Amino acid sequence: MANIISDETIEYVGILAKLALSDEEKAQAKKDMGRMLDYIDKLGELDTTGIEPMSHVFPVQNVFRKDVVTNGDGSRDTLENAPEQKDNMFIVPITI
Amino acid sequence: MDLLSYSAVELAAAIKEGKATAVQAMEAALARIGETEGAINAYVTIDKEAALAAAQRAQEQIASGALTGPFAGVPVAVKDNLCTEGMLTTCASKILGNFVPAYSAEVVKRLEQAGAVIIGKTNMDEFAMGSTTETSAYGETKNPWNLAHVPGGSSGGSAAAVASNECFFALGSDTGGSIRQPASFCGVVGLKPTYGTVSRYGLIAYGSSLDQIGPLTKNVSDCAAVLEAIAAQDEKDSTSVKREDTDFTAALTFDAAGLRIGIPRDYFGEGLDAEVGKAVLAAADALAAKGAVVEEFDLGLVEYAIPTYYTIASAEASSNLERFDGVKYGYRAQEFDGLHEMYKKTRSEGFGAEVKRRIMLGSFVLSSGYYDAYYLKALKVKAMIKKAFDDAFANFDLILGPVAPTTAPRLGESLSDPLKMYLGDIYTISVNLAGLPAISVPCGKDTKGLPIGLQLIADSFQEKKLLRAAYTYEQLRGAFGMEH
Amino acid sequence: MSVQYAKQYETVIGLEVHVELATKTKIFCGCSTEFGGAPNTHTCPVCTGMPGTLPVLNKQVVEYAMAVGLATNCEITRLCKFDRKNYFYPDNPQNYQISQLYLPICRNGHVEIETADGKKSVGIHEIHMEEDAGKLLHDEWEDCSLVDYNRSGVPLIEIVSEPDMRSAEEVIAYLEKLRMTIQYLGASDCKLNEGSMRADVNLSVREVGAERFGTRTEMKNLNSFRAITHAIEHERERQIELLEAGQQVIQETRRWDDHKEYSYAMRSKEDAQDYRYFPDPDLVPVYISDAWIAAIRDGLPEFREEKMARYKEVFDIPEYDIGIITDTKHMADLFEETVAICNQPKKVSNWLMGETLRLLKEKGMDAQEIRFSPQNLAKLIALVDGKEINSSVAKEVFEVMFEKDVNPKQYVEEHGLGTVNDETALRTTIEEVLAANPQSVEDYRGGKERALGFLVGQTMKAMKGKADPGMVNRVLKELL
Repeated sequence: MANIISDETIEYVGILAKLALSDEEKAQAKKDMGRMLDYIDKLGELDTTGIEPMSHVFPVQNVFRKDVVTNGDGSRDTLENAPEQKDNMFIVPITI
Repeated sequence: MDLLSYSAVELAAAIKEGKATAVQAMEAALARIGETEGAINAYVTIDKEAALAAAQRAQEQIASGALTGPFAGVPVAVKDNLCTEGMLTTCASKILGNFVPAYSAEVVKRLEQAGAVIIGKTNMDEFAMGSTTETSAYGETKNPWNLAHVPGGSSGGSAAAVASNECFFALGSDTGGSIRQPASFCGVVGLKPTYGTVSRYGLIAYGSSLDQIGPLTKNVSDCAAVLEAIAAQDEKDSTSVKREDTDFTAALTFDAAGLRIGIPRDYFGEGLDAEVGKAVLAAADALAAKGAVVEEFDLGLVEYAIPTYYTIASAEASSNLERFDGVKYGYRAQEFDGLHEMYKKTRSEGFGAEVKRRIMLGSFVLSSGYYDAYYLKALKVKAMIKKAFDDAFANFDLILGPVAPTTAPRLGESLSDPLKMYLGDIYTISVNLAGLPAISVPCGKDTKGLPIGLQLIADSFQEKKLLRAAYTYEQLRGAFGMEH
Repeated sequence: MSVQYAKQYETVIGLEVHVELATKTKIFCGCSTEFGGAPNTHTCPVCTGMPGTLPVLNKQVVEYAMAVGLATNCEITRLCKFDRKNYFYPDNPQNYQISQLYLPICRNGHVEIETADGKKSVGIHEIHMEEDAGKLLHDEWEDCSLVDYNRSGVPLIEIVSEPDMRSAEEVIAYLEKLRMTIQYLGASDCKLNEGSMRADVNLSVREVGAERFGTRTEMKNLNSFRAITHAIEHERERQIELLEAGQQVIQETRRWDDHKEYSYAMRSKEDAQDYRYFPDPDLVPVYISDAWIAAIRDGLPEFREEKMARYKEVFDIPEYDIGIITDTKHMADLFEETVAICNQPKKVSNWLMGETLRLLKEKGMDAQEIRFSPQNLAKLIALVDGKEINSSVAKEVFEVMFEKDVNPKQYVEEHGLGTVNDETALRTTIEEVLAANPQSVEDYRGGKERALGFLVGQTMKAMKGKADPGMVNRVLKELL
């Protein structure tokens, strides 16, 4: 396997992705990610010099809204599924 | 006559003529569900009372002349990654186990305007990540043709529901083959439209640049009619496109004369099951006999589609799924110490293994120092793949090949080796990368009695060519379906 | 600066300025951007990151961003795109912010600033469009934070300067210049205290003469010019002291605490600062044509420098007044529109420089909050000119007009404040005043001019202030 994924990498990606993996999951993730990256490395065989990266398949441009208020008080729907709420706001663990 | 044997279009006609009612149709579907759902598990959510009440309302409106849409009174199943106002929408994930949207997906609204009545929400691979519907947090769906096999995925619930007559048609979503492959495995018709044809508003995103919603139906005529009902530009989806040619049912003509069909040699190499290859080539012969000009060619770059796809789709997914964090909706971990632990526990407990695998991969390929080597490289290869298709469509109207290398695998065989599972998407994935339309039509069965799918691919916005060829082939093939 | 260091240092400062645009709706949905409002009332599925929702770009945001770019001499990027900036924080409902990294809408601009040291140019590296985050309220009693998404999705532009500034004075001059320009465009009200203009300061120090920049820090949470000035001074000292002690400056983000007047590093293991930017697949590129740029350029207002030059040429008013009047576009517009109606620049200027400034100061308001209309100010001037009211009544009416933008003519009529021009009635009153004050009459006749003033005052009092002072003088002298 060409791509060796270190414990640090798994830890770091876990911080980025906000995933806490068990030791077993980490071992599996290292293996899976290494294999996938080996496979993705196949793209290196292709010479892509001078090729524009393609995000959108079609050249659709300039899709806009007018600056007109269309929405009213949305608080009820917004909070409908809140796991925890207070005073019409979402509760989260303190951030300071 | 047994209502369940009607196609969606036939049922709509019968209701319109007063030969059947929306309530009878819903009762028939629910009765069927009562018989088979225990074994198949095609649905995540069915609210029988709500479905019957909706059918009742539809029938009243039909009787009063207020509801005249093409699917007035026809029961439909909707994949559980499409938001339905007031109805549980889980994406087959624990993290959305209690999520009830306050809005409906645009495509759901269009179906309702067309008169269709929602039975419930169909099972799928969690967040549409998978090819077997085994990654659902709510149990796997089984293939109605053989309960020991998977129905394919990720729209496995929709395909199984159509195949087993638990609905008259269904909606699915296709990011790398998720409509076509389960349609193939379950012996139904499935179409992935040109990117931008159907609004994605309300479709819970997996890979936003690849996702398209499309129909799973009993036959090609239903497929054209459903597409006609759901294809429309939507001002809520910036990537939706304005199309003038959405009278798709007009393309249903029994005629292949002059159609130039290319068969990519690269689709018939190593890895393709011999029985599948034979059935697909027989379908090509049938179309040739009806006037199509069939020719082999080299498409190229086929083996690069999967690594390109998994890089782009995983990267987009890692970002799309960041919103599931326990703050605004869905699952929140019970015990945690501080904000970041809440995030981590919520997400680690709420997502299944395959979803976590792709989020990890996607976060990695976008991370500092790797973006150019992986993500940007993949976007360049995507451009090359699109170019290869452009070149092919300079010579052909359609590309013909298999949907999947094999028929439906047995339950439990796929998940142990993710990479091998990903390889099963080899014929479908490049279509999403290039934004093209493609259809899966049943073209035979293997010796185990499992359905084989024929895939037709057209250039962008050429769904009518697809439908014409698929319809013609279907007529030539004759009846196909399960004995119920 | 009083502190003496072993070496001589130069401070190098670049600014990242966030400005909330004055659109009616948010950048990607039709929710109102109005400030305030009960929590989460200005929200919808899009700006709260509900599953399946998609953003659609508000065209006005692009046009404001282009206008600011053109006004700051930027190049407009013909094909610009949006990218996602990924980081988890509860004020950010999608846990990614839609912003621009790879192709921002404006690049390579500059503005001229002027300080005591003279004029200089500050480069603008880029301006990009992005969405604002929601607000967090902290409930320390309950040990939790509360999230309000009303501000989530309010459009921002971020103006990133080159590291061209060398002192707090230059920083303030640069910010004033941006504020003035953007207010003139009507693209934002640029209030630091309300957060519609926010500045992050990137600062490093180096020995005078050194070629390379030192390691920089980024300072956040600066809500006033005073905080910015203090933070710059403190950070400069902190970095120099580190260097003098042989230590290294760490590249980090620091948060300024304005009460305690110090900053602290915002460091966390969970905060990797790796934003994994990539093009947002839900939004399509914005293509900006020559014609579109030309249209925006044509719509640019006359900016302050041009306005001041024109006023000097056209209006006979003092340079000091011109400076005050053009300090905000709102006051300049008010001035010009009023002059257009009454053609009396001097008088209009006097009202603005006198009573208007006095009342603004008294009420703690700034010029942008002036509510009275040019029509009403012109009417008031006409009333005085036509001697329909006298100047003390005019001031009284102005105060009401300043509060409620009343029509002065109507107000004068309704309250019976008009000057009494009935000479017979005036004669009668004056005769009564003369009869009641024989001593003053005698004094005047004996040559004491001052006595006349007293008699005028008594007459005005008897007329309840509504007499025309000129007529009072004339009739008085006649009767005396």
